Amino acid sequence: MAKFKDHMGRPVVAVTGIGVVTSLGVGKTDNWAALTSGKSGIHPITRFPVDHLNTRISGMVDFLPSSLKGASHLTYELAETAAREAISEAALDSGDFGGPLFLASPPVELDWADRFSLYNSDKKDGGAERLLRVARGLKELDIFETTQFGSIADRLADRFGTRGLPITLSTACASGATAIQLGVEAIRRGECDKALSIGADGSATAEALIRFSLLSALSTHNDIPEKASKPFSKDRDGFVLAEGSGALVLESLEAALARGATILGIMSGCGEKADDFHRTRSKPDASPAIAAVRAALVDAGMSEDEIEYVNAHGTSTPENDKMEHLSLSTVFGERISSMPVSSNKSMIGHTLSAAGAVEAAFSLMTMRESVIPPTINYDNPDPAIVLDVVPNKKRNAEVGTVLSNSFGFGGQNTCLVMAREPV
Amino acid sequence: MSSHDVVITGIGLVSSLGEGPDAHWQKLTQPGFQPVLETERFAPYTIHPLPEIDWNLQIAKRGDQRQMETWQRLGTYAAGLALDDAGIKGNDELSTTMDMVVAAGGGERDEAVDAAILAASESRNDRDVLLNEKLTTELRPTLFLAQLSNLLAGNISIVHKVTGSSRTFMGEEGAGVSAVETAAARIRSGQSTHVLVGGAFQTEHSDMLLGYELAGYLHRGPWKPVWQRQGSEGGGVVTGSGGAFLVLEQREHAESRGRRIYAELGPIVSGRARRRLGELDSEIVALLKQAGLPAGELLTISGASGAHAATTAEKAALDANPALAVRGFSTLTGHMKEAQFPFAVALAAMAIDRKAGYPAFDASAEKPFDEAPKAVLATAIGYHQFEGMGLIKAA
Repeated sequence: MAKFKDHMGRPVVAVTGIGVVTSLGVGKTDNWAALTSGKSGIHPITRFPVDHLNTRISGMVDFLPSSLKGASHLTYELAETAAREAISEAALDSGDFGGPLFLASPPVELDWADRFSLYNSDKKDGGAERLLRVARGLKELDIFETTQFGSIADRLADRFGTRGLPITLSTACASGATAIQLGVEAIRRGECDKALSIGADGSATAEALIRFSLLSALSTHNDIPEKASKPFSKDRDGFVLAEGSGALVLESLEAALARGATILGIMSGCGEKADDFHRTRSKPDASPAIAAVRAALVDAGMSEDEIEYVNAHGTSTPENDKMEHLSLSTVFGERISSMPVSSNKSMIGHTLSAAGAVEAAFSLMTMRESVIPPTINYDNPDPAIVLDVVPNKKRNAEVGTVLSNSFGFGGQNTCLVMAREPV
Repeated sequence: MSSHDVVITGIGLVSSLGEGPDAHWQKLTQPGFQPVLETERFAPYTIHPLPEIDWNLQIAKRGDQRQMETWQRLGTYAAGLALDDAGIKGNDELSTTMDMVVAAGGGERDEAVDAAILAASESRNDRDVLLNEKLTTELRPTLFLAQLSNLLAGNISIVHKVTGSSRTFMGEEGAGVSAVETAAARIRSGQSTHVLVGGAFQTEHSDMLLGYELAGYLHRGPWKPVWQRQGSEGGGVVTGSGGAFLVLEQREHAESRGRRIYAELGPIVSGRARRRLGELDSEIVALLKQAGLPAGELLTISGASGAHAATTAEKAALDANPALAVRGFSTLTGHMKEAQFPFAVALAAMAIDRKAGYPAFDASAEKPFDEAPKAVLATAIGYHQFEGMGLIKAA
């Protein structure tokens, strides 16, 4: 019989529902089929004109009803769609979830489409004065709500009947992993039996693309979009901006088994460590990333020898992949060159606030399906990064444990350790 | 009393009243103190502006200051004050093991670039192309980092070396409530020994006003105390720039390093009323029950924003309990959004530490309170959504 308490006497946290949306499609079935066949979701941008832009490709989600309605609406729909799938798989009441909500989502701003329409609704005065005057005359709350940082979670809480004040969080590109960590911690503290953790990001606007471009973070390999994201390759030149969502239903193992739920995996450990080196660059010795990996292992009560696969952050930026390799080779030693380490981002791009949740979902599926998704576009290996990246083709393999990394701007480093079976 | 109790060992405050607990105490306890107002710059809106601040005192490197706009500087500065106050700043061992939960909105956009784009949009139909043209050429590359919500925490890590963990919660007042609630839960469960928690709000930017005014929340016309704005022109909220950070610490940890303890954190409770269904009144009453209020008169530091519906509901619920002596501090500081709840907790802790209450900030609506408080209630009922409160007790 499974133990209900972990090595530190805390409730063991199980995953009983998984949902996912990426540029590859809606739902686990379509995503998994594409991911394991090495298909890329990266495509030319059609949502807005690409005049003057150095990067003209992305992994945007263009096939949802809200895809053209702005970042807030699309982020909500992405979150709602993934959460619906996860709650349905967990066989819980989709209108009365009954546990807290942790949402990783992008910071919100007034969309330019709304800014233009407000500004051009009359010509009495100019600049900010006009915007404010027009704004206070609005009769509807629609635009207002897109500018409130808590509104998406508020709508989700209404939709799914989650309990209490929902937490919306941002730890940049580690946000999705942090949302899961918060859910795990709430269950471990005994505050709840179950939690809904979602990472969603539908904020690939022109301005977002330009901002990352100005920081030289994006790939400019526009000619063959599906080849642009090439983690760990010598000619990698930046990440590909993308959208998506991942949702997990987390439950104490005891409560999940008591209601006869199917256990999809175990969230064994979470670790984090902030970096104080630079706003966008990691400490050259990778010590914060190393500390985050080690903290996750300690939290899981595992030694490094017990990790069988790494779902890498693997953004395809020169900086990240080098730093991630340094951190993994430091923690895992010589074993790292023979350990499978693959990057889902080679196919779906970087889904930013959603990435940690999307990749946790794929990590859990890797264990359940005994198939490791490949790192595609690995045609020109970086000789300085000696890893088994599961190049270009999926690999059938029994995987019992996964480490999933998430690193972000602002010194954010969060790592998750997952297991296929309870101990 | 337990070794895992949560106590407050550091307070960092900035508002129009000045900086630090002493300056705030001195002004807030002056009967009839008049708020600092700026009525011209953002007319028809009144705001409470930042005081003069020498950023160098908490952000030593000019290079760091240049990477931030005022919002991040303000938060980083207030965080530094709290760390100094708790004797943590400059202590590598304590800083690198310290956890952090920051409540944040977003940073300032470039108003000049935005205004130029909007002006050009009047004569252009290809507005999406216009946007690309202007943003690719006129945006400062590093401005993005000054806007990112989690980069306030990022800057605190860089400037003050707080690197145990770093989390940013978003969502107006509710983010501040959740930040304090989560930090306290971490300490009580033994996950953290000391946590930096707080937020900042910089209202002196048109977009920060627009965030309220898209729903008509801002008060217009002559300034009035927070409880007196019903029926006036506008939505009732007067904003202020400010920041509030707290160092929360496990009692045993604080005592072992011989630190002064301001107060202990009692229950922190939060909720999400479905206000459209009329649940706000009953939600506030329910939270008051959960907060474990002691018998007898209770000083109550209210974060009421002035927003008509929320402030009416909060006032009715507080007035229904004759033991509560309410102080609406937004009258003197303005509404500071994400920083509102940490600010309320700080004022409550100061009253306990100094064994005295605050005089009425608005004598026509607030009753006298002359005791030495053993416990103080702090509230933050969101102007639009989310509610929270907490009981702060003598340690």
